[in-house]
Amino acid sequence: MKDFSREEIDYVLDTAEKLEPVARGEEKSRLLDGKIVSLLFFEPSTRTRLSFEVATRRLGGQVLNLGAVEASSVMKGENLADTIRVISKYADLIVLRHPLDGSARMAAEFASVPIINGGDGSVHHPTQTFLDLYTIRRESHLEGLKIAMAGDLKYGRTVHSLCHALSLYGAEMTFVSPPELRMPQEIVRDLQKQKIRVKETDSLEEIIGDVEVLYMTRVQRERFPDPEEYEKVKNKLRVTGDLLKGADPGLKILHPLPRVNEISPDVDATSHARYFEQAFYGVPTRMALLALAMGVIE
Amino acid sequence: MKEKRDLKIQAIENGTVIDHIKAGQALNVLRILGISSAFRATISFVMNAPGARGKKDVVKIEGKELSVEELNRIALISPKATINIIRDFEVVQKNNVVLPSYVEGVVRCTNSNCISNSNEPIESKFTVLQSEEEGVSLHCLYCEHVISEEIADYLL
Repeated sequence: MKDFSREEIDYVLDTAEKLEPVARGEEKSRLLDGKIVSLLFFEPSTRTRLSFEVATRRLGGQVLNLGAVEASSVMKGENLADTIRVISKYADLIVLRHPLDGSARMAAEFASVPIINGGDGSVHHPTQTFLDLYTIRRESHLEGLKIAMAGDLKYGRTVHSLCHALSLYGAEMTFVSPPELRMPQEIVRDLQKQKIRVKETDSLEEIIGDVEVLYMTRVQRERFPDPEEYEKVKNKLRVTGDLLKGADPGLKILHPLPRVNEISPDVDATSHARYFEQAFYGVPTRMALLALAMGVIE
Repeated sequence: MKEKRDLKIQAIENGTVIDHIKAGQALNVLRILGISSAFRATISFVMNAPGARGKKDVVKIEGKELSVEELNRIALISPKATINIIRDFEVVQKNNVVLPSYVEGVVRCTNSNCISNSNEPIESKFTVLQSEEEGVSLHCLYCEHVISEEIADYLL
C-alpha cells in the first residue's frame, strides 16, 4: 500500500465511484468483455474471492477459479513461480491470495500478466485498504478525519495499512485496544513523525463522542492464553446500542467482517452501522482496480 | 617489532588486502564474499590484530582482485573496512568500502513467513538504508521486513 501516492489512491477511488452504478447492477458494462481473470486463492477467503468474482462479472469478464488447493498441482509440489507462469498463459490477470509474506511481489516477477494482491501473508491486503478508504470517503470524508480504530491493533493488518493510507489525508487517530494488543509502537512513531495526532486508550466510552468513524476489528480468542482475560477484553471492546447513545449522530461504524460479538446486533439497524455497505464497496473498488490494471480504463 | 608482524601476515605479490575490518568479523567477511573451501586462491587472515585505532581484522586474498560490487558488501558488517589492490607488492589502489544500496542473495530474511525463505526459485533481495539514529538496516523487497541488528548472523 505504501507504493501508492495520495493522487494515485484518489484516482482509484474516483474510478470506483464512476463504476458504482455498474456494481449495483443499475448499469451494464462491457469493459472486461473477452477478458479472463484468474482467482488464485491458496487460502480461504469468502468475501475477497466473491467480490473479485462479482466485480469481474459485472464488467463483462470471465472468471477462472483455481479450485481447491488440495486437488491442484500445488499439492504435487509445484512451486508458486511455476504456477504463476502457467496461469499467466491462461488468463489476462491474476488475483493472488497466498499465506506467505511477499508472495504477490514474487508473483509479479514471474507473471506475464498483471497481478493483484488479494492478501499475502499476515501483512498486506491492499484491496481491503482501498475499499476501506472508499467506504470512508463515501460515508464520511477522508480529509482531516477523526477516526478511532478498535480491537486487535497489534496483529490486525487492515488497521496497519489503513493508518498509513489515512496519514496521507492528515487524519486524527485514536487507537482503542487492551494493552496486550496495542498498535505496534513503530507505527505510532511513524505517524507522529508525519505530524499525525495519535491517542491511545483502552476505553470505547471515553472516545465515542469524539470521533467521526469507528473502525472495529475482531479480537481473536487465541491471542489470550488466559480465557478469563479474553472474556474481560471482549466485553470491554464491544459496541452496543447503549454505548452509541453518547456518539455523534453522524458517526459511522466500519468493520472488515466477519464480526463475532464486537458489534451487538442491535447496532445493525442504526444509521451508524455501515459495515454491510462497506462489504458491498469492495465490488466497485475491485472493479476499478481490475479495470485500471488491465488498462481498459486509463 | 616489524619482523614479528611480518610473521603474522606476509605481504602478497598480487591480490586484494581487506584492512580495518571490525575485530572478529574476518570469517564473516569471507562468508559475505562467498569464499568457501572450494576457493582455490591462497587466503590468510588475522583476527584481533592491534592497530592504531584499536583491534582489527585483516584478510589477504592472493592472486585475485575481487570486484567492487563484491567488496562493497563488506560494508554491511564492517563499514570502516578498506580495500587495497596489490600488484607486484605495491598498493595500486586503496578505497574505503561503500555501502551498497541493494543486495541480492547475501542475507536471509529474518521473517520465517517470507516467500524468500520458501522453496521458490528466487534470491533474497534487500534495499540497504543507513541513518544516523539506527545505523545500517536491510529492507526485504518481498515482505518489507527490516533487519537492523546483527546482520552478520543472517548471512547466507
